[in-house]
Amino acid sequence: MTVERIMWTWFYKLASPPYVYGVAAALMPWLFGIAALAIGYGVVAGLAIAPPDYQQGEAFRMIYVHVPSAILSVTIYTIMACASAVALIWRIKVGHAVAAASAPIGASFTLLTLVTGSLWGRPMWGTYWAWDPRLTSELILLFLYVGVMSLRSAFEDPARGDRAAALLSVVGVVNVPIVHFSVVWWNSLHQGATIVRLGAPKMPGSMLWPLLSMWLGFMLFYGAVLCIRLQGEVLNRERQSAWVREAIKS
Amino acid sequence: MSEFWSMGGYARYVWPCFGFTAIVLLWNLWAARRSLRAARLRAGRALAMAASES
Amino acid sequence: MSVGAWEAFLLILQRELRLSFRRPDQLLQPLVFFLIVTTLFPLGLSVQLSLLRDMAPAVLWVAALLSSLLSLDSLFKSDADDGTLEQLALSGQGLTVIVAAKTVAHWLVTGLALVLVSPIVGTALGIPTTAFATMLLSLGLGTLTLSWLGSIGAGLTIGVRRGNVLLSLIVLPLAMPLLIFGAGATDRAIAGASAAGALYFLAALCVLTCTLAPFAAAAALRITLE
Repeated sequence: MTVERIMWTWFYKLASPPYVYGVAAALMPWLFGIAALAIGYGVVAGLAIAPPDYQQGEAFRMIYVHVPSAILSVTIYTIMACASAVALIWRIKVGHAVAAASAPIGASFTLLTLVTGSLWGRPMWGTYWAWDPRLTSELILLFLYVGVMSLRSAFEDPARGDRAAALLSVVGVVNVPIVHFSVVWWNSLHQGATIVRLGAPKMPGSMLWPLLSMWLGFMLFYGAVLCIRLQGEVLNRERQSAWVREAIKS
Repeated sequence: MSEFWSMGGYARYVWPCFGFTAIVLLWNLWAARRSLRAARLRAGRALAMAASES
Repeated sequence: MSVGAWEAFLLILQRELRLSFRRPDQLLQPLVFFLIVTTLFPLGLSVQLSLLRDMAPAVLWVAALLSSLLSLDSLFKSDADDGTLEQLALSGQGLTVIVAAKTVAHWLVTGLALVLVSPIVGTALGIPTTAFATMLLSLGLGTLTLSWLGSIGAGLTIGVRRGNVLLSLIVLPLAMPLLIFGAGATDRAIAGASAAGALYFLAALCVLTCTLAPFAAAAALRITLE
């Protein structure tokens, strides 16, 4: 088999609900295990091993939760929008399941970003909140998540709710580049990019490694929680199918 | 050790920060498992109803 | 006889306008709401006119946003209720053209009306006449963009219980950049500085939504009508 053939076969399998259900169940413990290790190292190293910042002192340690959750809030929305687009264009129900499973996780990370950012902002900028472009667009992101979840649950026909919510998430994805580029396009209170910049990051290694580890840990944690929720969402959309009987017996 | 807890005077920002993070992570795990459990129950009930009808 | 897309657009536009003018009281409702809301702020704040001027752009814009949102519900609702919407969808004319015509008609009777009334409201809020050109232009672009955004939301929420609230919940986050730049443009004009940057951005947003929103709204209708 050629490489392309193998890839396409795998892609088709992803559209199959029982396959996805099985993969999610099997993958979850691994994702969670590695996530726990990465987050554990990140927290310990970030709190105890990384040296204090020259300007911000010990307060800079909040970066270890704020930046990863911010990245995740935007990444999850993008994944949700992509899954929704796939579901709408190719009518693959699993896409709706992924989107529905991701929305509450993404919303919680957006809230975490706003809260940790607020707690960090108070000692650094003197204020818990400012209406600068990045904070505002992150807040809009939270509203978008809530809108998508509300729209999905507003319909009596779940399939229609899925499709409506999918369209809304695709329309709202225009906010994602705004969140990311807002610190580039506008001179504002919020500082610029920390990790994703052309050229090497500005931070020294001892500070950077815990941050990268937290980023990885959060991503894998999202993957693990997604696996759990995805099983439920797939079940909800496939209740009448034969494979479900075997699946829920285990 | 108390230096660690006081976080250079920023303790009342840093610790709630990490604390809220822990809460969000734990909530995610709890809520996800709850929704999976509910989905399995609903699926079981739907299957039982279908079986009793046939 | 087959009708070209442009003729279809004009036909539906005419139909919508004729239907709207048949119910003049429905036409006036968003306008009256606009006037009432803008009155609430000075009443609630009871400050001097010069201080009110600082808040005027924001008050104007929030009131315009809310008034437009209120009337968006009716964009598709009455046609959906009596089955006309399905007939239009089956007519063979692309849904995109139909949606575009309905949205433009909606803006003409709602947004444009707000823009025309805004000098009166602006004066009441203390906005100097030198800023009127910017105010009118920014409100015009903004309400048009809002009508387009709202058409997507309206298409998604037809037939949903309490759809009006959900519609606002969906549309307002998307409309926040509008508010920021629209009020910002008027702010700058009041201060005497050039509002060109903000106006260009508003125009860009307007063009973006004008070109993309009809397709999204048509897709939304297809989802609802299936």
